[in-house]
Amino acid sequence: MLRNLCQKMFGRSLWVYHANSGGCNGCDIEVLNVLTPYYDVERFGIKLVGSPRHADVMLCQGPAMRSTARALRCAYDAMPAPKLVFAIGGCACGGGIWHDSYPVLGPVEKVIPVNFYIPGCPPRPEAIIYGVAVAVGLVDKKVSPVEFKQLQMPIPRYHPSDLRGEGEMVVYEKAEKI
Amino acid sequence: MSLTSKFKEAMVGLKAGRVTLDYPAHPRPVPENFRGRPIFDAQKCIGCAACANNCPAREILVLDVCQEVRILKYLGRRCTYCGRCSDVCPEKAITMSHEFETATNKISDVHQRLDLFMSTCQRCGRCFKETSPLEQLKLKGYRFDDLENERWIFRSRSFLESEPLVDDIKIELD
Ligand code: SF4
Ligand code: SF4
Ligand code: SF4
Repeated sequence: MLRNLCQKMFGRSLWVYHANSGGCNGCDIEVLNVLTPYYDVERFGIKLVGSPRHADVMLCQGPAMRSTARALRCAYDAMPAPKLVFAIGGCACGGGIWHDSYPVLGPVEKVIPVNFYIPGCPPRPEAIIYGVAVAVGLVDKKVSPVEFKQLQMPIPRYHPSDLRGEGEMVVYEKAEKI
Repeated sequence: MSLTSKFKEAMVGLKAGRVTLDYPAHPRPVPENFRGRPIFDAQKCIGCAACANNCPAREILVLDVCQEVRILKYLGRRCTYCGRCSDVCPEKAITMSHEFETATNKISDVHQRLDLFMSTCQRCGRCFKETSPLEQLKLKGYRFDDLENERWIFRSRSFLESEPLVDDIKIELD
């Protein structure tokens, strides 16, 4: 649904606003790298604009900080709808490696809704382009959650009905060597 | 500024030719020693939590839902791909893959979760430090007479409580 909407709305004219709310500049450099002739995202109609009022997409770098969260929220509110938010880098996606320190509130999704995540620290320019391509529907996303479950417990050494509680310990009634 | 300098500029531009990568249409291989997303191998992992202790981003969470099952959660969202987890893993259960195209619209797509079966140690009840080594000696399961006839087993918590036992794991589970 969202993807169809994106394709319709944003077609070939994503104007991006680049917001750094307290990252280390690593992701900024990668984003600027994406705009250079070598990677050239203007192929997809992506253009960097200087004001959130002109933008369709906000590229967030850095976590939501105590000092910048309000400004980030204001910038988000200033964008005209429909709008998309990309969280670029480990800081914006998950709070970064100082996620539990005093000035960091956490990932930017604590302050503004995030539509696409591009993890990495910093993500490769290709990864950013890939994220944009996923958003505009050129390619499919490649990741899916991995779960390894123990479907069956290895054979128990006791049967629960033979257990008798005794304080912190449990006594096995039919004591026998195994 | 004259016309000739503009002309010269255009010539420089033409000489460079086309440099833009045709990226999403054609895959771009990464350098040989590139570190991407860590991949966990549940068959090799012994649940020692060395990776969780050494992760600078505290990206790997280890929690015990009961005596026998330990859950290792890799969140993937603030991972810096530093490779420290794979360096310290004694069983080489973590591989730093070449995957970098992890962009997604749902952050839980990059999670990895392993349920590991942990066998109960017959000496200490657990295979890791309970409180302090001295207090461990006071645990009933440690006493040698109980070990001899194997009558004592540590109470399983599988049916009792599901919330994590350690308080600081509360940081952020998903
Ligand atoms: S994700 Fe890494 S490179 Fe990007 S701003 Fe945060 S610390 Fe810097
Ligand atoms: S690569 Fe680094 S940040 Fe990522 S899980 Fe391993 S130790 Fe943590
Ligand atoms: S360090 Fe290796 S063996 Fe230990 S818990 Fe982590 S993945 Fe498993």
